[in-house]
Amino acid sequence: MVNLWALYRRETNSVFLSPIVYIFTTVFLVVTGFFFYVYVRDAQTASLRWVFSNIGIILLFFAPAITMRLLAEEGRSGTLETLMTAPVTEIQVVLGKFFAGLTFYLVMLAPTLAYILILRVVAGEVGIDYGPILSAYLGLLLMGGLFISIGLFFSSLTRNQIVAFAITLAVFLLLWVLGMISRDKSGPVHEVIKYIGMFEHIDAFVKGLIDTRDILYYVSATLFFLFLTVRSVESRKWR
Amino acid sequence: MAEKAEAAEGSTAAGRSDSSPSASQAAIEVKDLTKYYVDFLAVDNISFDVREGEILGFLGPNGAGKSTTIRILTCFMPASSGVVKVAGYDVFTQSLDVRRQIGYMPENTPLYPEMRVREYLMFRATIKGVSRARRRSRVGEIVSLCGISEVENKIIGQLSKGYRQRVGLADALIADPRILVLDEPLASLDPNQQQMAKKLIKELRGKHTIIFSTHILADVEEVADRMIIIDRGRLVGAGTPDEFARRFESERHLRIEVAGPRAEVQQTIQAVPGVKSVEVAEHDGLVVLKVRSEAAKDVREEVARAVLTKNWGLREIRSERMELAEIFARLTTATH
Repeated sequence: MVNLWALYRRETNSVFLSPIVYIFTTVFLVVTGFFFYVYVRDAQTASLRWVFSNIGIILLFFAPAITMRLLAEEGRSGTLETLMTAPVTEIQVVLGKFFAGLTFYLVMLAPTLAYILILRVVAGEVGIDYGPILSAYLGLLLMGGLFISIGLFFSSLTRNQIVAFAITLAVFLLLWVLGMISRDKSGPVHEVIKYIGMFEHIDAFVKGLIDTRDILYYVSATLFFLFLTVRSVESRKWR
Repeated sequence: MAEKAEAAEGSTAAGRSDSSPSASQAAIEVKDLTKYYVDFLAVDNISFDVREGEILGFLGPNGAGKSTTIRILTCFMPASSGVVKVAGYDVFTQSLDVRRQIGYMPENTPLYPEMRVREYLMFRATIKGVSRARRRSRVGEIVSLCGISEVENKIIGQLSKGYRQRVGLADALIADPRILVLDEPLASLDPNQQQMAKKLIKELRGKHTIIFSTHILADVEEVADRMIIIDRGRLVGAGTPDEFARRFESERHLRIEVAGPRAEVQQTIQAVPGVKSVEVAEHDGLVVLKVRSEAAKDVREEVARAVLTKNWGLREIRSERMELAEIFARLTTATH
């Protein structure tokens, strides 16, 4: 536990010292801010449903920037060797990086809480329903875990951050498009594709529905990719 | 060197040890170690021991398999076959126990460039299990031991190569490990820094068992109690520097300096009975000859007489051992 905490702290400091993530965060907030502005201007409902759906998709483009360096850079600079010859386990290293990535993801998302305050002012007498907002954030948190674990896995496969970024983004896009293809179709194949599609599961959270199946999807997929990442870090031992 | 005598005593079995598992005085035991990278044979069935408290120089040309062997010792990668035990623990099945005994500085000293020196050492001390209460004072001790006090608050990425190397060494030492493994600790340091690093390693004698790799023979001669030489993955020699020299005793040669005409001098000496070969060079107008005789026969008198009868000036005649550098070149085939 001491190890995990030390690894997490080092990793978090390192992520927050990397200039690229600040640039990405700024761009992220500009883009989501624009969506929010358009929404508040045009829509007449005091709900953030549409905004949250979009935030999920925007994050898809930004999450790979958080994860790209996490393991790729350790491989490139050779620090993986100092790290893995210290008495720490692969699981501790991977989890330390995962939670550091997730922390940054949440920090990136945190300023959007301001939208709720703005919405409250805009809504005035009508008031806002906090339920769907809370469930949407829970959904974004769970989806973030999956984003980070997938990104971490691809970061472990290469020593090149840009390659890690590109592959992760490609996989996210694939998972997004897959869901869209089967959105209004039925049949066993489409059911499976819909289940795999990453965004099919966020919809319910945004609507205010917390379904254990969706939670299970994100948690199990996240654990699966964390498992793959641990194996990938160990794989230097099988080559 | 007085401290080498002790190590020389029991080192007849150097290279291949027949120690049973009970003989746990060896800090590191390597037995029949082989490592393939897919099809490439990087380490070919080597065996050696490192005794408790000694400084072992691990010598070989670039690409000989030194780093691969070290990475196996430090549990970074496993062997294809063979057994490696560090402090009695198996590197494959008791990896965490092994890693608790070792302080390792990899080649090129990889560090996190964005961290500050002190912060980095605190982090390393934590994951290496230095207790919370000891951590701060331990980092302080090690920072002054390694001479990095003046940069302890600097960002690692801005340090010179010499300082980075010392930070790497400080990291290796931070948990006061029983065994210190240094891969090319002197490479890419300037001569002054090398002297300081060697001095530091010598100061650590007795406190830690040390194994360090290098491709430079002089480093080993100066610092190590004992050395092993590998080439193309094979162990080609093991022992103290003195033992190496003695092993090649039969390779003694005469060094002669003569003031005289080069070609004629060569002819005359070649003709002395018992002389096997003559190498000639010219130096400051003198003819310098390197004479090897048959079956280590001492031909000094005969050679001297031959020179004097011709009335040439005999400036020097000396019986020389084979230089370690020559032994190294003889044992290893690759150029370096």
